[in-house]
Amino acid sequence: MTGTNMNHDIETTITLNGKPVTRRIAPRTHLVDFLRDEMGLTGSHTGCEHGVCGACTVRMDGKIVRGCLTLAVQANGRRVDTIEGLSDSGELAAIQKAFHERNALQCGFCTPGMLMAAQDLLLHKPDANREEIREHISGNYCRCTGYQAIVDAIEIVLTQNRSGKKSQVTA
Amino acid sequence: MKAPAFAYAKPASLAEVFTLLQQHGEGAKLLAGGQSLIATLNLRLSAPDILVDITGLPGLSAISFSKDTARIGALVTHRELEHSYEIAQHLPLLAQAVPHVAHIAIRNVGTFGGSIAMADPAAEYPAVCVALDAQFVIAGAKGERRVAAREFFKGMYETALQPGEVLIAGEFKIAAKGYRSAFVELARRHGDYAIVGLAAHANTVDGRYADVRLAFLGAGGEPVLARATAAALEGKAFGPDTIALAQATLARDLDPPADLYSSSATKLHLARVITGRALAALAQ
Amino acid sequence: MNARAELPLHAPGTTTDRGYIGKSEPRANAKRLLQGRGTYVDDMRFPRLAHAVFFRSPHAHAKLTRLDLSKAATQPGVIAVFDGRAVAEYCTPWVAVLGHLKGIKSPPQHAIAIERACWQGEAVAVVVAETRVQAEDALALVEADWEELPVVTDMEASLAGKVLIHPELGDNICFKRELVTEGFDEAWKKADVIVEQTYEMGRHTGVTMEGRSILADYNAAEHSLTVYHSTQAPHMMQDIFSRHLNIPESSVRVICKDVGGSFGIKVHVYPDEMATAALSVMLRRPVKFVADRLESFLTDIHAREHKATIRLACTREGEILAFDLEDLTAIGPYSVYPRTSGIEGNQVVNLTGGPYRHKQYRAKMHVVFTNKNVTCQYRAVGHPIAVALTEAIVDLAAQKIGMDPAEFRRRNIIPDDAYPYTAPSGIKFEKLSHQQTLDKLLKLMDYDKLRTEQAELRKKGIHRGIGLATMIEVTNPSPAFYGVGGARISAQDGATLRMDPTGIVYVTCSVTEQGQGSEGIFGQIAASVVGVTMDKVRVATGDTGTMPYGGGTWASRGAGIGGEAVLQAGKALRSNILDVAAAILNEDKAQLDIVNNEVTDKLTGASKLTLAEVGRVAYFRPDTLPMKFQSELTVTRHYTPREYGFVFTNGIQASLVEVDTDTGFVKLLKHWCVEDCGTIINPMLVDEQIRGGVVQGIGAALFEHCLYDDNGQLLNGNMADYLVPMSGEMPDIIIGHVETPTKTSELGAKGAGEAGTAGAPGAVMNAINDALAPFKAYVSNQPATPERVLRALGKV
Repeated sequence: MTGTNMNHDIETTITLNGKPVTRRIAPRTHLVDFLRDEMGLTGSHTGCEHGVCGACTVRMDGKIVRGCLTLAVQANGRRVDTIEGLSDSGELAAIQKAFHERNALQCGFCTPGMLMAAQDLLLHKPDANREEIREHISGNYCRCTGYQAIVDAIEIVLTQNRSGKKSQVTA
Repeated sequence: MKAPAFAYAKPASLAEVFTLLQQHGEGAKLLAGGQSLIATLNLRLSAPDILVDITGLPGLSAISFSKDTARIGALVTHRELEHSYEIAQHLPLLAQAVPHVAHIAIRNVGTFGGSIAMADPAAEYPAVCVALDAQFVIAGAKGERRVAAREFFKGMYETALQPGEVLIAGEFKIAAKGYRSAFVELARRHGDYAIVGLAAHANTVDGRYADVRLAFLGAGGEPVLARATAAALEGKAFGPDTIALAQATLARDLDPPADLYSSSATKLHLARVITGRALAALAQ
Repeated sequence: MNARAELPLHAPGTTTDRGYIGKSEPRANAKRLLQGRGTYVDDMRFPRLAHAVFFRSPHAHAKLTRLDLSKAATQPGVIAVFDGRAVAEYCTPWVAVLGHLKGIKSPPQHAIAIERACWQGEAVAVVVAETRVQAEDALALVEADWEELPVVTDMEASLAGKVLIHPELGDNICFKRELVTEGFDEAWKKADVIVEQTYEMGRHTGVTMEGRSILADYNAAEHSLTVYHSTQAPHMMQDIFSRHLNIPESSVRVICKDVGGSFGIKVHVYPDEMATAALSVMLRRPVKFVADRLESFLTDIHAREHKATIRLACTREGEILAFDLEDLTAIGPYSVYPRTSGIEGNQVVNLTGGPYRHKQYRAKMHVVFTNKNVTCQYRAVGHPIAVALTEAIVDLAAQKIGMDPAEFRRRNIIPDDAYPYTAPSGIKFEKLSHQQTLDKLLKLMDYDKLRTEQAELRKKGIHRGIGLATMIEVTNPSPAFYGVGGARISAQDGATLRMDPTGIVYVTCSVTEQGQGSEGIFGQIAASVVGVTMDKVRVATGDTGTMPYGGGTWASRGAGIGGEAVLQAGKALRSNILDVAAAILNEDKAQLDIVNNEVTDKLTGASKLTLAEVGRVAYFRPDTLPMKFQSELTVTRHYTPREYGFVFTNGIQASLVEVDTDTGFVKLLKHWCVEDCGTIINPMLVDEQIRGGVVQGIGAALFEHCLYDDNGQLLNGNMADYLVPMSGEMPDIIIGHVETPTKTSELGAKGAGEAGTAGAPGAVMNAINDALAPFKAYVSNQPATPERVLRALGKV
């Protein structure tokens, strides 16, 4: 049944950073390779291609997923948000600013995936403490920072968000 | 590492799935969350002809409860289990195990059924299912059958699933009052495969252990139910002597294989330690 | 001439006297990385770009008796397939030896091995295709027959030499070194107390997030080669590509855009990268190779596999009289080019005992070949071993005489007023601050309180441990490190500063950037010296075609050496700008200053001209200036560290752990580091370098180990089985500083990049053993896995 001549490509439509994109994609192509090679969105990185390092983390239907463990064809009919899209929409502005000011990145290779995980925490665990922050990003490998600056940056935004909410309440 | 070429189909019904499985035989692999499968494909450890994506099948994504049973559809994700209030209420052992499964990004996509069908010796759910004496609902072209978890796991990555079959649900008896559970796992880092782990479930009324189920992960090719240890615990009162007795009996149940970092003796020692901790947790 | 003055840069005592130096400015060049808009090698697109994948030996030692590439050659998308012989016609082999490591030897190594593979993963053929996927598909059809040869994996067996990996060399010894000070035997006899222990450090590796990446683009019309390379030393690579591919040096250009982590892993010559460059020449089109994670584990340099016995002799009052070291270290089957694999062992000999004021020392060290992956310099090179050995035996000595380990150190560290100082191994210290850093650390961590707490908790069965590690660290190396040995590795660097018409200062420097913030600090220095604000500076590095010639990043030299070049160029540019301003204003240059982008009156501070105006006139209206006047608004200055072989820094670390004596698990509660790296240009960047380095060192102490079986098969070469530190297990790291500027430069900056990694393994191992002391249990292996802790406790 195999034959290298067989074209297995599947027509796939993805809402990519808010815009529909349709391509015929070979099933074996994982989502990050599709984003990088076909769509030129090179902000998502591959660090291991076996789902452990987290560099490939993107958002699919609002949930963070490993881009290297997702076939691009599985994203059919789904919404995919990448670091470029979430930067342009401004959604990540606060956490990016905190990362920048706290130097929570050095070489930057893990950073897009790390920001995805950080934003996921900011959205879903607004009361997280430091231990919970560390737990939430425990699936994202960083070799440069030793993690503390990243935890600090996330904590800064959590605090900003909390005091922002407080001032809303008292207003 | 790029996966070898394969075809892909996403059938809309189980009947279609069976047809494809029949057609392709061993060349077909079922794809649910893909968190294990796609990694093996990227590593070129496997070269199937076709992936049959079952995530489009209706009726397999529900968590449902009846009077005394819980049914978890094969496509329920770890994250859904993690966030389920009812699971925490009625199947606390499973709820205790879920946070140990890999990391959030994996849990968002990986499925209950996928984990069971994969039967990784260090996985959490198989041990939980063995401890809770769950039943698995298996669908095939000829109909459905049920296999007890205790018969389902045959060895490392080996299950009772036959070619052409699809795991579609897990069914659990909801424990009556008086039962408690504890899940203890040792791993070097958050989310790692366990060095060794224990899914423990027992009746703890009146300060005594009864109907004890101790299912170990990472202690063999498949979950190991520590029957001799459970028998030794039957009716015993809480306390350090009882724990010591259980720990001393454990060698009759476990002969864990060594792994890259831990010898068999180390694993047995660690199993004893987590037995003590689980029993202490059950007694609280 | 090297300047001897120290900062300030502008009028002392003013707000501008240091400008941005000492400020924690965020890095301008990090913004693109935050949006996923950086450019790593794999991000680049080229017309006709081909992809190389390598057929690698599955055996640790085997003769290639048959290689059939014919089936692979006809696969879809395949452009070419080559064996070692074919590539050797375009790329000459190399031998990694240097003249100053007496007696070092290694056989020649080819870009692709010919006839014999000497470690599992060594490439013996290459497939080039239009896509990576096609190349991997075709790779599966390469056929090879092997005749397996005896495998040497055990370092002691290698030393014994019954089986020789390279019979033509006569033994398996790559390099050996012995030294003994004159009064050693006497001092040893005088000792009241002698302690001895043998330690085994596990081989581990760098695991950069971005794998090794190279894209070579040969232009056949020009016989020129442009290489986009994830490397730390582009000029070194330029020289090597030129010589080995026979392309004139000026026709080779190496460009480093964004580099995703390096840590020394990316400062070496890799055969598969050389092959990729050769392929571009052979195929006359761009060729790219990116090591995937499995390849990285098999072929990125490993490091730090040592078995060492160390002894310490002291008086009963706790005065150290001598250290005695015997170290055996296992490398791969080749010394790695061009820096050699003898350096790590050599540094262990140089650095053991370093912080202390004993006068006598004996060391014996062997570096032996094995059929495991090659090894070479990895962050902190030799220091983690030397510091761990020294600090562990110091703790044992303290324990033996019943003295607190901090007190024992206090009695023996070189006093702060003893400098300059030459240690028994011959290394020279300009000026260190061990006493200050020790005092500061003990205060910072509240040492006494921790000891009290430890005692209390022990009664409750909670076992905490405190481990100290005093350290010295090699930075700002002079040509004595590599150059004197014949390596074409530059120990000097240059910086070009240019003021553009709008008054922006453009900075290039031959030191490179991999995330540590080199570009950031060069911007801060340039802005401070010239007198502009940070937003008016642009910094670019990493292109041999456009920057001055220099050494790149390694041995913690970027800030100290590159920074000084920037500073000197900045001073010269400022002077030249003032020349133009003086000509425009027809005033005396001595009355003028530059502050916040404006030419001002030095005395009154009044603004006289904007720099944009100076630029406008200099570039577009020079007709308004005196006839003989020529503006020179581009300046280049170089800097070479000369006075000392290395400018040493010093520091001290502490680890607080809690050992679960039932499971053997070690919980890291906290970590401290007090570090003296001289003038600190950006405190935040220095602190983050230390933190990252500490965590890397923790990896070595607890988690990381390249596990090989007796057949030389790597057992854990993937991210699930090789354990790198993740956030859940890491402690917060508290940092303090002492600043002792070096007088070898005006900037006064020493290096800081490796100190964290140098001291952390020693501190953590000492903490574990401190926790285990009541049980008379001792761990002498790194990593300290739960099993090893349990074995020490006698529980398994």
